[in-house]
Amino acid sequence: MTSAIPGVTALINIFRTAGGVFLLALETLRAAVGRWPRRRVLVDQFYLIGYRSTPVVLTTGLFTGMVLAVQSFNQFRRVNITSMVGAVVGVSMVKELGPVLSGLMLAGRVGAAITAEIGTMHVTEQVDALRALATNPVRWLVLPRVLAAVLMTPILTLMADVVGIAGGTFICVGFLKVEWHFHYINMLDWLRVWDVSVGCAKSSVFGLLIALTSAYKGLNTEPGAAGVGKAATEAVVTSCILILISDFFLSVFFNAIKPEWAN
Amino acid sequence: MLEIRDLHKHLGGKHVLRGVNLTVPTGEALVIIGGSGCGKSVLLKHILGLFKPDSGQVLVDGEDTVPLPERELFRVRKRFGMLFQGGALFDSMTVADNVSFALDEHSKLPASEKLAIVQKKLAVVGLKGVEKVYPADLSGGMKKRVALARAIAADPDFLLYDEPTTGLDPIMSDVINELIVKLKTTLNVTTIVVTHDMASARKIADKMAMLHEGTIRIHATPDELYASDDDVVKRFINGLASVEQMKEVWGEEAEKRMAK
Ligand SMILES: Nc1ncnc2c1ncn2[C@@H]1O[C@H](COP(=O)(O)OP(=O)(O)OP(=O)(O)O)[C@@H](O)[C@H]1O
Ligand SMILES: [Mg+2]
Repeated sequence: MTSAIPGVTALINIFRTAGGVFLLALETLRAAVGRWPRRRVLVDQFYLIGYRSTPVVLTTGLFTGMVLAVQSFNQFRRVNITSMVGAVVGVSMVKELGPVLSGLMLAGRVGAAITAEIGTMHVTEQVDALRALATNPVRWLVLPRVLAAVLMTPILTLMADVVGIAGGTFICVGFLKVEWHFHYINMLDWLRVWDVSVGCAKSSVFGLLIALTSAYKGLNTEPGAAGVGKAATEAVVTSCILILISDFFLSVFFNAIKPEWAN
Repeated sequence: MLEIRDLHKHLGGKHVLRGVNLTVPTGEALVIIGGSGCGKSVLLKHILGLFKPDSGQVLVDGEDTVPLPERELFRVRKRFGMLFQGGALFDSMTVADNVSFALDEHSKLPASEKLAIVQKKLAVVGLKGVEKVYPADLSGGMKKRVALARAIAADPDFLLYDEPTTGLDPIMSDVINELIVKLKTTLNVTTIVVTHDMASARKIADKMAMLHEGTIRIHATPDELYASDDDVVKRFINGLASVEQMKEVWGEEAEKRMAK
């Protein structure tokens, strides 16, 4: 009936996933209050999700900062304020592009990996084996990945911000002959601690959404190798959509609670 | 004691279990036989609470575990060991970490003692020097034996084996049969074994049960089962295809083949 309209089915699926993700979030929270997983399991996930993602995130940040510099330079030259390009690059990176683009890249890299691993474990009965050995799969599988994603995503985002700004500066000062002094002054003048913090807070939420969505898709994988592939694709797509939707609402929210000193 | 009362379960639109009743007294071994896909593995998973039945009861020493929430079930499952049909080894962990999983999770034993237990359990299933190997690098039969070592590592009160000897050579199969019998007799472990291997069934079973079309067709001692004149049971024991199955394979020639 509804399957005749792909848009409606897709929308229903997203809502169903969102509901499942929400319930999984509650379960993860409950698991976090109890005994934590062994340290080695946590370290593994911080390494896989955090450390191993740096090349992807740094490349994204660097080229985003550089292309931003090139494009805004062309606009700003017309009104002779090329010394403002650095400020534009800095503010855009820190507030939006750093968190969102890092989030999207991580959704692809980390999200697919989480879903494929948990999905394979589900299909090969390893998740059942965990339960049979009196161990809660949410505590053992989901909690470490959620912790790693929530804590590592903001750090990765900050790194993307830094190399993005460095790349933008390199293009401005090195190639486009913007005066270093004014470039530097304007950038510092416009960058706010508040904006950097909001960027970090948003990316933490993105990390949470990626880990929970991917774990949920993994735990609900249909049997077979095709099931794992399908689940991984869905996890990436759903994570990306959730990142973009939540970015809008988070931005509105943080603007609304912006304190006086941040202006 | 394990008791299963009037267990029903639909899976994928199919009525797999249609009122299963079984009782296994403490320290007894029950062997479950039955055609491929008839629901033997599903039945074992119900005993551990890995599946929730549509209706019916699973009593573990008198306590109905069906209504228990997952968190309560962990308490019950600590008393069980289960060998999964496909092994279900954790492939991100070494053999040693797999075998000591329950000890690491639920006991406060020092590492040296756990290692000693792991080596002992691996030795009884005929494995030495594989502690640091990952499951992906083991043969099918070795995986099965590691999974068996993992199931018995924490000395459970109940052991559920899903096809413990499938994929093993005849001698190793016999070793595993003897191990199952030894655990049952020396530690008084209540045992359920699913198997297609009639020789091992003979060796292990105090009682045998045949699952057929979602219910227990016969539940009796091995001698009674072998003497049964129920056609379904007889054909299963002797490994003979039914007339319909012969017609699927041979078509017109079926009659001629069966006369032989
Ligand atoms: N998770 C599941 N979802 C849907 N259907 C399932 C699931 N698990 C099992 N089934 C179905 O239940 C039936 C019984 O499966 P089960 O694995 O218990 O068979 P079995 O008796 O163990 O067979 P075998 O001897 O081949 O191992 C099969 O028809 C199977 O397709
Ligand atoms: Mg089976």
